[in-house]
Amino acid sequence: MTMDKLTTLTGVAAPLLVANINTDVIIRIERMSKHGRGELGPWALEALRLDADGRERPEFILNQAPFRDARILLAGANFGCGSSREMAVWALQERGLRCIIAPSFGDIFFNNCLQNGVLAIRLPAATVERVATLVLRGGSDAILTVDLEQQEIRGTGEVIRFDVEPLARQALLQGLDPVALTLQREPEIAAFQQRDRQERPWIHG
Amino acid sequence: MSMQPAPRTLFDKLWDAHVVAEIAPGVSLLHVDRHLIHDLGGHGAFTELERRRLAVRNPAQVFAVPDHVVSSAPGRTGGNAEWSEMHIDGLRRGCRKWGIRLFDVNDDEQGIVHVIGPELGLTLPGVLLVCGDSHTCTHGALGALAWGIGASEIVHVLATQTIVQRRPRRMRVRVDGALGAGVEPKDLILAVIGVLGAGGGTGYAIEYAGPAIETMAIEGRLTLCNLSIEMGAKVGLVAPDERTFAYVAGRPFAPRDQAWDRALAQWRRLRSDDDAAFDREVGIDASGVAPQVTWGTSPQDVIAIDATVPDPAHAADARRRDAIASALAYMDLLPGTPIAGTRVDRVFIGSCTNSRYPDLERAAGIVRGRRVAAHVEAWVVPGSQAVKRAAEAAGLDRIFRDAGFQWREPGCSLCVGANGEMIAPGQRCVSTSNRNFVGRQGPRARTHLASPAMAAAAAVTGTLTDVRALLR
Repeated sequence: MTMDKLTTLTGVAAPLLVANINTDVIIRIERMSKHGRGELGPWALEALRLDADGRERPEFILNQAPFRDARILLAGANFGCGSSREMAVWALQERGLRCIIAPSFGDIFFNNCLQNGVLAIRLPAATVERVATLVLRGGSDAILTVDLEQQEIRGTGEVIRFDVEPLARQALLQGLDPVALTLQREPEIAAFQQRDRQERPWIHG
Repeated sequence: MSMQPAPRTLFDKLWDAHVVAEIAPGVSLLHVDRHLIHDLGGHGAFTELERRRLAVRNPAQVFAVPDHVVSSAPGRTGGNAEWSEMHIDGLRRGCRKWGIRLFDVNDDEQGIVHVIGPELGLTLPGVLLVCGDSHTCTHGALGALAWGIGASEIVHVLATQTIVQRRPRRMRVRVDGALGAGVEPKDLILAVIGVLGAGGGTGYAIEYAGPAIETMAIEGRLTLCNLSIEMGAKVGLVAPDERTFAYVAGRPFAPRDQAWDRALAQWRRLRSDDDAAFDREVGIDASGVAPQVTWGTSPQDVIAIDATVPDPAHAADARRRDAIASALAYMDLLPGTPIAGTRVDRVFIGSCTNSRYPDLERAAGIVRGRRVAAHVEAWVVPGSQAVKRAAEAAGLDRIFRDAGFQWREPGCSLCVGANGEMIAPGQRCVSTSNRNFVGRQGPRARTHLASPAMAAAAAVTGTLTDVRALLR
């Protein structure tokens, strides 16, 4: 499957600066067990967004205008820690989020974002806090532009540079399919296995 | 003068041995030796393969087991959740189509994927093993390079028998001293997480080393490595040693005869060189660790059983203060009060963290001759059919049942609730599992992580209790 390309994204950024938001909180186990891809959006961040009766909590940021239509999430440290469930990325994606900015991410979640064309950007905590304060003013201040080609975030009155690994950047910009790319390396995989079969015959069935 | 090779860590040796190609600075294509799949990932992956007209490249390297959605009820034939059969049948169909070895629901080999991997000898020193589950770090206890992957990566591994990875940094956690009576590997690793924090291991592969690790049984090392992901580290490792080789020898899928001798010669080289550099080194003294229990909604929210619940007023900053206050509200605990004596409703002994034979044996040692408190519902869910058989042969099941525990069938069960087994809203559960997240054991369920002996102590006293007071 070819990923959706991502070059420049302009949209509302929502601040959710709680540390250690885990993937269980992003998508509950029974929702992802029952529902398939494409049906997860309504259950994204359920534990925070909805009350025990399934009604929206008005005080939660993603239930408030303009943030309910956010394309960008400003998150706390270690966002997406915990379980490997890729449904967490799918659920956020289905809510319209395409870019997550945080001081750090759970490693597996970070990889899962890249696999799905979701741009995960690491920025210093103080920068994320500063941008969050700004977007909370609402109106046009809530709108940011994330430019992957230039590797900068605009709309905050300053230009914020961000780093992204060249390989990941290229994959996002071109919408490359990781499986198709690896299949082009079939001769190298076959050569490795042939060599390894001599070294470690007990590994290969 | 001969050139000495640069000293390398155990992690580097394992990584380097699996590089198929370097595809960018710091990014490698690695060969996957063992791919384990379970019932929450298999069905989706096989469907995606079919949709994309991809084939499984090396079915003999793939092993499958249903564990997440299966019921743990005695006499079970499958799962009771609305979605159980879809996932179990999907796994079966895919395995049949591709010729993948499946350990089915009531087969002798069935169990939690991270329990049966080591048990069957699928997990070996030196292998690179992945599975679509974050607790795959467990397998590093045998000197395997192992980590959890997402749904897209499962498809990638099935189709190519490789994975693209960014090389992590290396951390060593050195544990000196010895654990005291009533203190378990679970307490040790919870204490480490308390120090490093839930994100302290992010971006690292962690090697556990030192005297306390060298003298630790393999099952204890599995518990230790299992919780690496709870501080953010995808990979946990222990260098394989004579204990490891004795554990692996004779397992159904372990090499035999000449292959065993060759393997052993290779495995003896799997240790960090004396001068190898780590990006971070951490030390802890095991003799200073007390039995631990979590008070909040992250594994880092942990204290000794004889300590008091933290006060948000003493937090380092406003965000941490809010986080503590919100965790205490969820857990219904008061700042500054002793955690011991907190009344509990449920006890769960099980999960890929703590459901192996020695775990059950230590818990049974506390339970023997005592009764589960009248207001507590207590479960034991053995990690595998093999653990269950061994426990029954030794009479552990009788000890638990006579005390009022339920003795159930192997699977993930109450650790994650993917089979529909959950803790009711507002109930408080002492659990030997790995995550006390909001809603982890069910909406509004309250989880206290602890060791098997501590869970047993809570069951028989009906409250969070220092197990050291119950030792005989």
